[in-house]
Amino acid sequence: MGSSKPLQLIQEDMNVFKKLCAVAGFALAGLAFAPAASAQEAPDALIKRLSTEVLETAKNDKEIQAGNQKRVLELVEAKILPHVDFQRMTALAAGRFWRDATPEQQKQLVNEFRTLLVYTYSGAISQIKDQKMDFKPMRADAADTEVEVRTQVLQPRGGDPIQLNYRLEKLPSGWKIYDMNVLGAWLVETYKGNFAGEISKGGIDGLIKTLSEKNKRLAASAAKTGKAS
Amino acid sequence: MGPAIRIMMLVAALALSGCATTHPQDPFENFNRAMFRFNDAVDQAAVKPAAKAYKKLPDFVQTGVGNFFGNLEDAWTAVNNLLQGKVADGMSDVMRFAVNTTMGLGGLLDIGTEAGLQKHREDFGQTLGKWGVKAGPYVVLPILGSSTMRDTVVLPVDIQGDPWHHVYPVHTRNLGSVLRAVDQRAVLLDASNLVEEAALDRYEFVRDAYLQRRQNRVYDGDPPSSAYEFDVGPTAASSDSVSGSPGATSVTEATSSEPAAGAVVKVEQNGAGGTSVNGAAGETKQ
Repeated sequence: MGSSKPLQLIQEDMNVFKKLCAVAGFALAGLAFAPAASAQEAPDALIKRLSTEVLETAKNDKEIQAGNQKRVLELVEAKILPHVDFQRMTALAAGRFWRDATPEQQKQLVNEFRTLLVYTYSGAISQIKDQKMDFKPMRADAADTEVEVRTQVLQPRGGDPIQLNYRLEKLPSGWKIYDMNVLGAWLVETYKGNFAGEISKGGIDGLIKTLSEKNKRLAASAAKTGKAS
Repeated sequence: MGPAIRIMMLVAALALSGCATTHPQDPFENFNRAMFRFNDAVDQAAVKPAAKAYKKLPDFVQTGVGNFFGNLEDAWTAVNNLLQGKVADGMSDVMRFAVNTTMGLGGLLDIGTEAGLQKHREDFGQTLGKWGVKAGPYVVLPILGSSTMRDTVVLPVDIQGDPWHHVYPVHTRNLGSVLRAVDQRAVLLDASNLVEEAALDRYEFVRDAYLQRRQNRVYDGDPPSSAYEFDVGPTAASSDSVSGSPGATSVTEATSSEPAAGAVVKVEQNGAGGTSVNGAAGETKQ
C-alpha cells in the first residue's frame, strides 16, 4: 500500500503531462486552423447568431409577414436545419423503441419527425411580428460537450417573456441542437408520450404512417398560404 | 375546504372507473380525456369564437384589459413570492402593484415592466411545490383545464387570493371574469393553433407539456434536469454505411452532410386537393 503510492503519483504526473501536451497540441492546432468558424463557434454565440438572423429575416421579409409559409420553410431549412441533430432528437423521443426499429425505419422516422418539426417551427416563426430576444448568460464549463443555452422571447404586448432554451452537443463539425424547450416544456419529453402512444397502437410503422399523414396535411395547408400571397 | 374535498372525491370516484394507463403521472387518464373533450367542445362552441371576436378590438383595449387583470394577479403573486422566501421578487411584485395601480391608472398601463420590474407568476400551488409538496396526478378540470392534484386541492385558496373575487356586485364580478377568460384565450389563440399542428395526440401533448411547465414554474425556470432514458448520444458524422448494431451511437445519416439539394419539406404547388386543415378534423385520436 505504502510502496505503490509513489508509483501512482508518478503515473498521475504522466497523465497530467500527457494532458498538458494534448491541450498544448490542440491549442496550437486551433490557432493554425482558426478560420474553421463553425467548429470554433461557442454554442451560445451560435444560438445568438441564428436567433438574430432568423428574427431579423422574419421581420423584414415582406412575404413572410404576409403569411407565405413556403418562404418561412425555406428560411428554416437554410439557416436552422444544418445545426440540428435530428437523429438524436428522434432517437430520444422514441426512447426504448428506437433499438427495436430497423435502420430503414429509423431513417424514415427521422425524416418524418424532422419534417414535422420544420413545419411546427415555421409556424411559430410566421407569427413573429416585433418580438425581441433576450440571451441569458450560459452556465457551462469550457470543457463541456453538452450545454444548455437559455434565451427568452420578449412579447411586444408585455406580459410574460417566452422561455426558449436549447440543448446542444459538441460534434467535430460544430455544435448541434438536439433538444429545445419552449415555455418550460422540452420537445423530446413532450413528444415521448405521443410516440409511445402511437407505437403501442400500430408499432413503429404505425408511428411513421401517422407522422407522414400529418406532414401531408401540413404540406397542403402550407401550399395554400404560398398561393395566397 | 368543502369544495376542494368535493372535487377530490369526484376525481377519485371517476378515477376508479379508469383502466390501466401508460403514463405514471396520469392515473385518471380516462376521466381527464373525457374532461379534455368536454373543455374542447365548450372552447369550440363559445370561448374560441369569443376570443376571435375579441381580437378584433383595438390593441390598446386588449392590452388594457390584460394589464388590468395582470395587475390584480401581481398582488397575489407578491404574497406567494414572500411565502416562498423570495423576498426580492416579492418586494418587486409589491412595487409593480403599487406603481401600476397608481401611476398606471388602476392597472390599465403596465409601467412596472417598462421600469424593469419583471412580471412574475406565482400561485399557492407553486408555493406548496416550493415547500416540497409534489404535484401529484394530472387532473383536467372542467372549463379551467389542466391542473394537478396539488393545485386542484388548493384552488379555493387561489380563488380567495384573487382580488377580483372580492368585487361586488356579483354581476360585475362575473362579467369581469368572463372578460378575463376571453382575453387570456385570445392571447393563446396562436399558440393553440400551433399545438394543433404539432401534436399527434393533442391530449397527451398538452398533458406532457403542462406537467413539465408546471414543474418548471415551481422551480422558476431552473428545474433539476433529468437524464434522458436510452440516450444514443450525439450522431457522429459517418459515411453512408448502414450500421445495424443496436444501441449504436453512430447510426446512418450524418445530418451535417445533408446537402441543401432539394428542400426537405416539399410544399406541393398543385394537386393539394383543396382540403382544408381543420383542427377538429385532426382530432380523432382518443
